[in-house]
Amino acid sequence: MSIPAKTHPELSEVFNKDEERVNWHDETLWWIRQKRDKSAHSIPEWEILREKASQIKNNALSNLAEYLVSFEEKALANGIIVHWAADAQEHNQIVHQILKKHDIRQLVKSKSMLTEECHLNEYLEKQGLEVIDSDLGERIVQLAKEPPSHIVLPCIHKKKEEIGDLFHEHLGVAAGTSDPQILTEAARVHLRETFLTRKAALTGVNFAIAETGEFVVCTNEGNADMGAHLADVHIACMGIEKIIPKRKHLGVFLRLLARSATGQPITTYSSHFKKPGAGQEMHLVLVDNGRTIQMGREDFRASLKCIRCGACMNTCPVYRRSGGHSYHSAISGPIGAILAPNLDREKYADLPFASTLCGSCSNVCPVKIDIHQQLYKWRQVIVQEGYATSAKKMSMKIMNYTLSSPGVYKTAGKAGRWVLKYIPFAVNNHFNPWYKQRDMPEVPKESFGEWYKKNVK
Amino acid sequence: MKRVGLFIPCYVDQFYPNAGIATYQLLKKLGLDVTYPTGQTCCGQPMANSGFEHLTGDCNQLFVDNFAEFDYIVSPSGSCVLHIKEHLHTEKSEPQAAAIRTKVYELVEFLVDILQVKNLKAKFPHKVGLHQSCHGQRGLLLTQMSELVAPYFSKPQQLLAQVEGLELINLKREDECCGFGGTFCVVEEAVSVKMGKDRVKDHQANGAEYITGADMSCLMHMEGILKRENSNVKVLHIAEILNAG
Ligand code: SF4
Repeated sequence: MSIPAKTHPELSEVFNKDEERVNWHDETLWWIRQKRDKSAHSIPEWEILREKASQIKNNALSNLAEYLVSFEEKALANGIIVHWAADAQEHNQIVHQILKKHDIRQLVKSKSMLTEECHLNEYLEKQGLEVIDSDLGERIVQLAKEPPSHIVLPCIHKKKEEIGDLFHEHLGVAAGTSDPQILTEAARVHLRETFLTRKAALTGVNFAIAETGEFVVCTNEGNADMGAHLADVHIACMGIEKIIPKRKHLGVFLRLLARSATGQPITTYSSHFKKPGAGQEMHLVLVDNGRTIQMGREDFRASLKCIRCGACMNTCPVYRRSGGHSYHSAISGPIGAILAPNLDREKYADLPFASTLCGSCSNVCPVKIDIHQQLYKWRQVIVQEGYATSAKKMSMKIMNYTLSSPGVYKTAGKAGRWVLKYIPFAVNNHFNPWYKQRDMPEVPKESFGEWYKKNVK
Repeated sequence: MKRVGLFIPCYVDQFYPNAGIATYQLLKKLGLDVTYPTGQTCCGQPMANSGFEHLTGDCNQLFVDNFAEFDYIVSPSGSCVLHIKEHLHTEKSEPQAAAIRTKVYELVEFLVDILQVKNLKAKFPHKVGLHQSCHGQRGLLLTQMSELVAPYFSKPQQLLAQVEGLELINLKREDECCGFGGTFCVVEEAVSVKMGKDRVKDHQANGAEYITGADMSCLMHMEGILKRENSNVKVLHIAEILNAG
């Protein structure tokens, strides 16, 4: 276990130093949230679809072992080589071994949050391999040597001018270019070359179908297909929760996924992979990495229903004003804040508190995860396990003492209208965080209780 | 006659007695038998939302002792009411706690659903922006939520429409959180303030003279920001508007 270098409040304070950027970040994501609304509202049966999706996922999780076994059976019969990884390390080693076996030193990768979670790029680079992300957004953050800040829109924190600078430095685009058309074209040429020369391609998996042993990858750029079809070796990596029981269930998810993510009716490419092409090798790595532990936690199990659409991030008023990197975890935003503490309670103790519990995330979630309820529950677990600061513990004890006795409460109120005095955890601190950018409420001449005593009783 | 216990949350008691007074007077005007149990303090939410739910036992017991005898418990704070509905439990008197969880109401909810008020006889000739507090809206379902595909309704609007002269303004973002969030407002100071500034700006840009809502805590947060900006826009709890004139 390790304590983060900086916590969410600290990192987002830095992000908020540049208010213009915060406004821009907020408005861009809000625009996507509105596109999602429009798209959802154009489907009268939207809420029924969400309920269906939620139930299919509940079923899949309740019978996960069975579905996984049947999936493996079918996949093997289809000619896919199946691997199982208990954790991130094992996953990375499996991928490395496959590449080594074929003496391949370069890998073209399409978007996969799982490999981010496992820090695969870092691992392979340390082994002397070259990894090129082929999703445009992923490629941009890769060039900037940053992790993605959003699961669907990895470089949403970057303005087009900044992307122009990066492309100038790395891809030879003229200095000062910020026209998205030109930048996209430059990236396309660069990536096309990559596709043609790499022998191995890695993709993520959006849905794996137990009934047929096939898997489906959704992208807007077609880069997963391009990579997978041109390479001799196709490696697909998935968390074990990606299983859905039957092919007929896929339609429910495909209708929800793109609408929730970007407001599109459907992702541009939904590619089915069932067996290797002629002369090709197809590997599938099934990864646990904490998922079965989360399965065993009843309060948090539903977090595994997530289909990674990113809607909860776009709607989250805190995410929009913090930026994804403030969550210091591969998956940011509300869903990241309930997944991360499963892996490391101490390191991510701050994340469940990075929310006002407004509940908007739970409302947009296409698979109806009770995200804000889980945030509340993680707070209790984190405190019970001893990860609250001592100042906070002290102020909570004082608050409890004051609130448990009407006599103490009234005296404390008279002595200084205690509420704001204790809520700001100002016990060890001269600096009152409420007052920094806000005025205190005016102190009234009497409390309601005093008024009532005088005027009613 | 049914008896109403008035639950005035700690911060309303200490800082916004006028919201409490307006609630009391409004309920009296509507002919109810209202009592304020003087032994009450707080619902325990600040502790629970900070992860210290395990410390709220005494607070909960005190709440049960104060309110078990009433037919209805009414409060001018959606967030505290939601906390009671979802989290009030006691070791000693769980049946009473369970009963309280079903008979506690936020003021707007009580006026619309229980009393079915149709004609308030209030007057407030001003341009008003309505802040949908998240706990009231998404927790207590006072208003339909913009994320859901479902028919629109709004209980606070239903009441404000009965106020003579009041002009309700439109907002660009109808139901975005203001960033108060209990202890969030100090633990996450930077983001909280930015959210509050943005929320206030939406009201200002659409010509609000007053911002109102069913949760004084959100209003307290926005008031802090408005005052710091030397803005003319004022905040008023919805009870004060429904009781005006
Ligand atoms: S938690 Fe729900 S809304 Fe968020 S990314 Fe996952 S599926 Fe989408």
